[in-house]
Amino acid sequence: MFKQQAVPMIFSQVKQIRIPSINDILRATALPLIGLVIFLGLWSVMAKNIDTSLGQFPGPTAVWEQAVSLIDEHSAQMDKADVFYNRQEERNAARVAQDPTYQPKIRAFTGAPTFFEQIWTSLYTVLVGFVVASLIAIPIGIICGLSKNAYTAINPLIQLFKPVSPLAWLPLVTMVVSAVYVTSDPMFSKSFITSAVTVSLCCLWPTLINTAVGVSSIESDLINVSKVLRLNALSHVTKIVLPSSIPAIFTGLRLSLGIGWMVLIAAEMLAQNPGLGKFVWDEFQNGSSESLARIMVAVLTIGVIGFILDRLMLMLQKQVSWDKSAVLR
Amino acid sequence: MSNKHHLELTQVGIDFPTPKGPFTALQNVNLRIDKGEFISLIGHSGCGKSTVLNIVAGLYQATNGGVILDNQEVNEPGPERAVVFQNHSLLPWLSAYKNVELAVKQTPNGRSKKEMKEWVEHNLELVHMSHAADKLPAEISGGMKQRVGIARALAMEPKVLLMDEPFGALDALTRAHLQDSVMEIHAELGNTVIMITHDVDEAVLLSDRIVMMTNGPAATIGEILPIELARPRNRIELADNPQYNHYRHEVLKFLYEKQRKVESVDEHRKKLAKQNKASSNGASVA
Repeated sequence: MFKQQAVPMIFSQVKQIRIPSINDILRATALPLIGLVIFLGLWSVMAKNIDTSLGQFPGPTAVWEQAVSLIDEHSAQMDKADVFYNRQEERNAARVAQDPTYQPKIRAFTGAPTFFEQIWTSLYTVLVGFVVASLIAIPIGIICGLSKNAYTAINPLIQLFKPVSPLAWLPLVTMVVSAVYVTSDPMFSKSFITSAVTVSLCCLWPTLINTAVGVSSIESDLINVSKVLRLNALSHVTKIVLPSSIPAIFTGLRLSLGIGWMVLIAAEMLAQNPGLGKFVWDEFQNGSSESLARIMVAVLTIGVIGFILDRLMLMLQKQVSWDKSAVLR
Repeated sequence: MSNKHHLELTQVGIDFPTPKGPFTALQNVNLRIDKGEFISLIGHSGCGKSTVLNIVAGLYQATNGGVILDNQEVNEPGPERAVVFQNHSLLPWLSAYKNVELAVKQTPNGRSKKEMKEWVEHNLELVHMSHAADKLPAEISGGMKQRVGIARALAMEPKVLLMDEPFGALDALTRAHLQDSVMEIHAELGNTVIMITHDVDEAVLLSDRIVMMTNGPAATIGEILPIELARPRNRIELADNPQYNHYRHEVLKFLYEKQRKVESVDEHRKKLAKQNKASSNGASVA
């Protein structure tokens, strides 16, 4: 009597195999390429017609040259640092040979941070700010989703702080960090903490709101299942609430990370905290004929990193999500 | 208090608060059910069948009267009154096995890990779902999902099995298969069962007694029809059985003559508009 039901199961086990046709491949690669070429063409034509006080607006070629030169500067700086440390080691070895009681000291290289070091600082800062915000926002979001009273109590605060620009927070955060974070041996620099806290303050809201919405829209049947099984609060959250609100939570997380990345660049520019934002600001203040091209390199880098961060979140979502058939984009 | 009855519903009534004042959905529902009995609740939609079931499950609290199961008052949901939901309600992120296992883990019993595994497998076997134990609900058909839902409920070893239109969403053939399975399981385990149904044939085929409900508001039990057909019952043999057809006739008469539900087109439109409004309000609150 089960034969009839066994048939559709076998079909569902056979994975759909589809060989992409040449047409598909062309469409997937050619169309974005055409878009890119048109963009580059328009850019170089327009750039030639814009004259600024810092010279002509950089076209694609000028930007490419500056990108190469930034890479060269980075490797030159790394070589310099290597030479610096080697010299210290040689000197120390010589002194120890003369006087065995001498305690060798290594001083850190203090050259200006290169473009790539600024990228690294920015990435590190945004990730710390984002993780801290998520660790706060997801639990509060779950509480708001589970309890209507908690939501009613917290909602006005969310609505009040959600639209606040990071730049309004920045002076307050700077002053509070310098007043509160006082240690003789700081593990993190103050500028790092200021940036990370500012990012956190702006990353909280999308995750919080989306988590609350996701949790409050769990199917009522599943909640009844939980009641009949007498799941305690913790198992209710881990077995029912979290799995069913994963898509909503990730929507929030991805929005948050995007906002965090934008906020960070602005915060670094305004507060002169190390990072890509400071790079842009320094180049602007520098005002050489190459500055605009170098800023353009930074702009494109910021875009590419933002895109990669979002893709990484998407990959994480696919990993965590139970519904492997869902189309994520 | 009498010890005679396994499950007693006494003067059960429920009011739902509405902006226009309380709405009485159920009134004076009295029912005594013996151990091992198979009861069907039948009635037109909106007559409060599900409400009765939810009160027995403990998901709703009766405003008046109460439910007593084995001399204990029911006032919260629990695994001794397991529910098979209309649309299976399996957790979509757990495999069939894990869904049943979660229920077994939540049921108080002194099983070791190995015994627990055997018990989960035994219950999947009972509903003929062992072959798909590792499948996610999305990977199996509607009938198979409902089988797993029944296995999950049975695995809690409930005193009463509550089924809320368990086969309502299935096609006729699958439904017949599952009805046969339920009869088999009921014969084997002898659970007390309360089942809601819209299907007259299903009610007559499966039940020991059919409880027919009047139309709401303030719905209550209209008639109770004992079905004295010998078990095991066979749907093909019964098709020509005069007694079976008499029972069918009785239920149909109750539903379509005594409790005929007439809804004019205008009323129906108004109701739909109201529902739409309510659901859009709900969305904006969320």
